Amino acid sequence: MDTSETILQQASPDLVLGSDTTRAAKPARLSPSFISWLQAGPMMLVFLAFFLIPLVFVVIVSFWDYNEYQLLPAFSGRGYTDTFEGCIAQLPDLCTIGKTYLKTLKLCFLVWTITLFIGFWVAYFLAFHVKSKTWQMGLSLLCTIPFWTSNVIRMIAWIPLLGRNGLVNSGLMKTGLINQPVEWLLFSEFSVVLALVHLFTFFMVVPIFNSMVRIDKSLIEAAYDAGATGFQTLVNVIIPLAKPGIVIGSIFVITIVMGDFITIGVMGGQQIAAAGKIIETRLNALQFPAAAANAVILLAITFLIITMMSRIVDIRKEL
Amino acid sequence: MKEGRPRSFYVLAIFFAAYVLFLYGPMIAIYVLSFQGPQGGLTFPMNGVSTFWLAKLFEGTGIVDLGAAFRRSLLLGLVVMAVTVVLSVAAGMAFRRKFRAQSILFYSAIASLIVPSIITSLGISLEFRIVDDLIKSYFNENFETSMGLLTSGLGAHLTWTLPFGLLIMFAIFNRFDPRLEEAARDLGATPWQTFRYVVLPIILPSVIGIGLFGFTLSWDELARSSQAIGPVNTLPLDLQGLTTTVTKPDIYALGTMISAVSFAVITLALGTIHMLNKRQAAKGSDAGKGLV
Repeated sequence: MDTSETILQQASPDLVLGSDTTRAAKPARLSPSFISWLQAGPMMLVFLAFFLIPLVFVVIVSFWDYNEYQLLPAFSGRGYTDTFEGCIAQLPDLCTIGKTYLKTLKLCFLVWTITLFIGFWVAYFLAFHVKSKTWQMGLSLLCTIPFWTSNVIRMIAWIPLLGRNGLVNSGLMKTGLINQPVEWLLFSEFSVVLALVHLFTFFMVVPIFNSMVRIDKSLIEAAYDAGATGFQTLVNVIIPLAKPGIVIGSIFVITIVMGDFITIGVMGGQQIAAAGKIIETRLNALQFPAAAANAVILLAITFLIITMMSRIVDIRKEL
Repeated sequence: MKEGRPRSFYVLAIFFAAYVLFLYGPMIAIYVLSFQGPQGGLTFPMNGVSTFWLAKLFEGTGIVDLGAAFRRSLLLGLVVMAVTVVLSVAAGMAFRRKFRAQSILFYSAIASLIVPSIITSLGISLEFRIVDDLIKSYFNENFETSMGLLTSGLGAHLTWTLPFGLLIMFAIFNRFDPRLEEAARDLGATPWQTFRYVVLPIILPSVIGIGLFGFTLSWDELARSSQAIGPVNTLPLDLQGLTTTVTKPDIYALGTMISAVSFAVITLALGTIHMLNKRQAAKGSDAGKGLV
């Protein structure tokens, strides 16, 4: 605030501090809180009608009964008991739902570590090595444009590369490294992880980049001047300051992979079971309460992971 | 710090270039493959060059009526874009003041972004089914369904585009200088005039960005549409259906066509943003930039 403004504020605080007080002083105007409701109300209504109430319905319907062709609005735990069928009887072996969640968590962990690694270094390069603002914007845009194009197309795009007669296999055969085409390249866990990384590293890059550009460059210079090596600066200065971005990016990637059924379906050749796939299968069989029960379980586990992650990060902050 | 480029720059530059290649390489491969000759298969090498598969797409000899799906997706995308822009700008303005329920709206938006899409989609489909059942039993026995492109489908897409719109608005107003509005008010502008002639022209490039997000996110949306779109299909849903059945390059041709629309919209939006920024730089006031 420059001097003239300071003087003005002393003379008449209302004028500088803001709109609300001056506007309220004039009669025959809509009150500011009413205007805020008018402005924010429509969006709130959309979230209420198409997100919050539907979530409530998911929870309610998960406790309804069902038969082959319709919903029966009567209390029943069948959605849940069907889901956990055999889980106690088969102990110590894991039941189907247990195995499915274990597989989903494994995919989740793999995708998370890979996207974090790639996302961190891409963001680091953009934030610290690209000096010109124009270049920074151009290169960020280059990373963003694929995000604006279709996910399914970006999945299909791997077929000519990874298929039995694809570029990778024919390349490997030509060089003599293999005699027969490798089968596990496409419609396998490998291709699912590859496609998920391909699609969603963007969600890691953006928040980490955002945290990194806010880091005061003089802090890094200070670390160098105090004799820190590049590695020490990275671990003790840059990573702690980029942590909010890392956490936000991780939450994005983990929740996407936990609920994914399209990438796992298309890239897994509809053969791999996952948490989101169960819901889709139940829905295709029109077993809505069972689908809703699975949705509630998925929501609970996703929420648990997010809470745990923010805890771990906070504990480290304390140390 | 050392002068000149450190070694890490070159290592990371190569890493970055590899990432960009990883991002674009496969996509370019299918664009090229959709121009195969009539005998072409799903993989390289190319079997002649022609526009056979793209032409076939427009003749509509495929299994599904792609033309209708194309028009539906386009309509939905445009409506989603318009609604997203209006609601995001309005809500963004509201967030500049404190108001009650502010944190409820904020957390709803964040939750809507991170709750797995299939759950939102399932919830919307349940909601509409229950409404349908109520209408059937109390009003009209012959009622079919209230689910559709511009009811449940629109709602499902908005739960995905509005959070992005709101977050972009936060970013815009973080950089916005409120003294410009005060100046307008001091000169006697009404709140509407202030918004129309001062705020809107300044934030317009970013508002176009919100429109770009709104349209492209809707145009490519799949997970939320899957259960909530009702009896009809959008283009991405048809495309996903084709992935399991098609063995010919039509699927690449369709992919190329959908991407062409995306790229056209991206180019148009970025071009407009660039033009507006240039105009703002050229015609904008030089106030506060020092004595001439």
